[in-house]
Amino acid sequence: MAGSPDSEHAAFLSALRALLPDDGLLTQSEDLHPYECDGLSVLRELPLAVVLPRHRAEVQAVLKICQQYAVAVVPRGAGTGLSGGARPCAGAIVLSLARLKQIRALDTSNRTARVQPGVRNLAISEAARPMGLYYAPDPSSQIACTIGGNVAENSGGVHCLKYGLTVHNVLALEVLDASGERLEIGSQAPDSPGYDLLALMMGSEGLLGIVTECTLRLLPVPENTLVLLAAFASVVAAADAVSAIIAAGIIPAGLEMMDQLAIEAAEDFVHAGYPRDAAAILLCELDGTEAELQERLRAVEKLLQRQGATSIRIAADAETRLLLWKGRKAAFPAVGRLAPDYYCMDGTIPRKRLAEVLEQIAIWSAEYGLRVANVFHAGDGNLHPLILYDANVEEQLHAAEALGQRILELCVAVGGSITGEHGVGVEKLDSMCAQFTPAELAQLHRIKAAFDPEGRLNPGKAVPSLHRCAELGAMHVHHGQLPFPELERF
Amino acid sequence: MDQRERLQEQVREAFQQSRPLQIQGAGTKRFYGRKTADAEPLLLREHQGIVDYEPSELFVTLRAGTSLQTLQEQLAEAGQMLPFEPPFFGAEATIGGTLACGFSGPRRPYAGSARDYVLGVHMLNGLGESLRFGGQVMKNVAGYDVSRLLVGSLGTLGILLEVTLKVLPRPERELTLVHDTDMATAIVRMNQWAGQPLPLSASAWDGAHLYLRLSGTEKAVAAAQSKIGGAVLDENDGILFWKNLREHRHVFFQGSAALWRLAVAPATPPLALPGQTLIEWGGGQRWLRGQRDASALQTLAAEHGGHATLFRGGDHAKEVFQPLPPALFALHQRLKNAFDPHGILNPGRLYAAL
Ligand SMILES: Cc1cc2nc3c(=O)[nH]c(=O)nc-3n(C[C@H](O)[C@H](O)[C@H](O)COP(=O)(O)OP(=O)(O)OC[C@H]3O[C@@H](n4cnc5c(N)ncnc54)[C@H](O)[C@@H]3O)c2cc1C
Ligand SMILES: Cc1cc2nc3c(=O)[nH]c(=O)nc-3n(C[C@H](O)[C@H](O)[C@H](O)COP(=O)(O)OP(=O)(O)OC[C@H]3O[C@@H](n4cnc5c(N)ncnc54)[C@H](O)[C@@H]3O)c2cc1C
Repeated sequence: MAGSPDSEHAAFLSALRALLPDDGLLTQSEDLHPYECDGLSVLRELPLAVVLPRHRAEVQAVLKICQQYAVAVVPRGAGTGLSGGARPCAGAIVLSLARLKQIRALDTSNRTARVQPGVRNLAISEAARPMGLYYAPDPSSQIACTIGGNVAENSGGVHCLKYGLTVHNVLALEVLDASGERLEIGSQAPDSPGYDLLALMMGSEGLLGIVTECTLRLLPVPENTLVLLAAFASVVAAADAVSAIIAAGIIPAGLEMMDQLAIEAAEDFVHAGYPRDAAAILLCELDGTEAELQERLRAVEKLLQRQGATSIRIAADAETRLLLWKGRKAAFPAVGRLAPDYYCMDGTIPRKRLAEVLEQIAIWSAEYGLRVANVFHAGDGNLHPLILYDANVEEQLHAAEALGQRILELCVAVGGSITGEHGVGVEKLDSMCAQFTPAELAQLHRIKAAFDPEGRLNPGKAVPSLHRCAELGAMHVHHGQLPFPELERF
Repeated sequence: MDQRERLQEQVREAFQQSRPLQIQGAGTKRFYGRKTADAEPLLLREHQGIVDYEPSELFVTLRAGTSLQTLQEQLAEAGQMLPFEPPFFGAEATIGGTLACGFSGPRRPYAGSARDYVLGVHMLNGLGESLRFGGQVMKNVAGYDVSRLLVGSLGTLGILLEVTLKVLPRPERELTLVHDTDMATAIVRMNQWAGQPLPLSASAWDGAHLYLRLSGTEKAVAAAQSKIGGAVLDENDGILFWKNLREHRHVFFQGSAALWRLAVAPATPPLALPGQTLIEWGGGQRWLRGQRDASALQTLAAEHGGHATLFRGGDHAKEVFQPLPPALFALHQRLKNAFDPHGILNPGRLYAAL
């Protein structure tokens, strides 16, 4: 492009303005502020502009203009992400998919839904319900988060243990690459020829392409559902009970654990009737036919008792069941009321290492002087320690981040991962250096380049540069005590 | 036995000399995918062994050369199974070959496919670098999902050294029901029942009969049986029926005539095609025999949301998988190049130009 940076900037914006309706392009700083972060609000940056196209053709045209002016693109759904994935980058535009929110087709006989990326997760199940069908992955943020964001993060929910993650429930995607070229990935059939690009797109955090349509698998609504609430005198006992249930050949529809601080916070917030004196609770959902359910219920009850449950409550009616889940689903905001700020971690570990990991977290919690509440997708080993802090107290943010980083490194050390469902975004770039070798990171960068050779889709996210990891490695020499803590590391 | 070092050494050398390799598990699945010129074999079969198996953690980690048979026996001892019910296609079949081909069996539409159960891999890329992606945990979104990308790639992106799979408890009870129906009715019923909360675990129509398998607790199976009705197959006959179907030993698959596989949206009504059709996977997988016009079949399959493959027999020197649109194929080539820049891993096995 010829011309001075300023005139080029102006030309770029006027090309967008010519394309989009008045309210489809935001450039004033007061309009940009709502987009400066996602759910991880400590990371902020103002974008060059925000564009809000209404359909695929507009998205395509926006991408072509961005290519022409070599401008980077940060895709965005509802902005509920917890790792800074949709946080703007300086000099880039934010491409909001929120206005592409039509449910295009519900196919009862093939049990699929074809939806635009801006459709909210919960809206899909609501639309399918009259046909006796629903969309299984149910992140706690489901009233707000979009299906495009779910695909980009491979989101999970409390029912993933039995019904799978986003990757298991998406059949096909329409994707635009960085140049606006349209790709159809996956199909209506059980599989597709060529490489499994559908799997590769899941959890790719907006780095490989812009999702403009999703075809989803719908499941029949179970005949009956009930939830057990079991209290335990220690987290170890609760963790052992989880293993015992699974070892007995039972895969519950959901199996969640909360520790005492999380229980108290949730109880204060939604009054679900959780036992405040318990060290840990398990929420176990069973589904199936009436006869099957009674049989399973007895088996699970017996197992829980044998594992030392101090009390067991059974919710068979929909109202109580929803109330018990509400406490769990509202756990983040509930814990958020205990302190001015909280930092949500998302490590996964082999379940059998739970007790030792929680013990270590408790030791560090005391050491750093920061309380930690634990919420746990127990069935599949996905741990959400919530670190409480106050950003207005000097050094607390850094302490929370340092504690978080140590927890994630511990997850990797015991054979787990730094992120189960929230993604790497910008938040966990440093932790990626602990999980992957330089050769592995280089392979990931080459995959990115195959999709987006100019590196204009969500740059600087998800996969750290080798340079960054090398520098971090050099810093690690100091026993995890980072030099220059005042420098921004994101 | 751990053969990692020997394998890595051989791939490194091949990379340096840009010498193509032919990856072999048990070395007999040559009929699947394109026929390619003979190349130096890379033998995985000795790279065997179950490395880690934790029944209560629901995963198993094993070397790629381990036979499916060995794996299945170990899992059965702990009352567990591979949920995607892969075909063996011969007693020697390895887990690496099975995943590289992306094969799943009768349970696939109800439980998920091979790739759905892959949690992590240890692999060699075409540079001979040893890389790990995914892990042993159920949920992991750190880095792109390379583990699942490798499933069905026919060894053209990387060599599987070690894989971690999710496993599940075996159902308490299985029961097979049979209905006499025509094709159209069979397809409608398979899809109607799949839309209801029934413990279906397999379905097939063989030209005259609709077979349905139920799996679950004793009570759940009984309740579903009373809903669906039909003749009950004796337990052993039921087991044998699904096994023969899975292993392509059903009479439909006998003889040397070419075998075509159509994958379509499951509720697709009967396709106007001459000859017999065998239907599996709730209508999603349809088999045909004999010489066919490949591009006509592929167009038809595409009209119904899917694709067609020349699975066995016929001319495997030509393309056997459905051609991809140009932009998508170009992306495949760039991806291949990202993993295997010298094009040494099973070149031409998936597509001639890949
Ligand atoms: C209270 C709370 C509870 C939560 N609970 C859960 C939970 O239980 N399970 C869970 O998995 N997550 C949970 N999350 C995290 C978050 O809701 C999910 O990651 C969600 O999928 C993000 O969707 P979004 O539409 O808000 O995406 P955004 O935050 O807008 O974006 C997320 C990422 O996706 C990319 N992206 C968005 N749309 C597209 C598109 N169309 N094409 C390409 N890339 C795109 C963005 O660039 C970004 O990298 C929770 C968050 C909150 C705040
Ligand atoms: C429909 C059908 C019918 C068959 N009928 C017969 C029959 O009648 N008689 C008979 O003897 N056999 C038959 N077979 C062959 C049967 O495939 C073999 O017994 C067995 O399945 C070979 O398994 P394998 O794991 O050794 O695969 P291989 O054939 O060794 O490999 C299959 C593919 O996977 C790749 N691969 C293998 N291992 C790896 C790895 N670790 N990493 C990356 N890529 C890898 C290979 O390069 C190849 O592309 C049949 C197979 C099929 C599918």
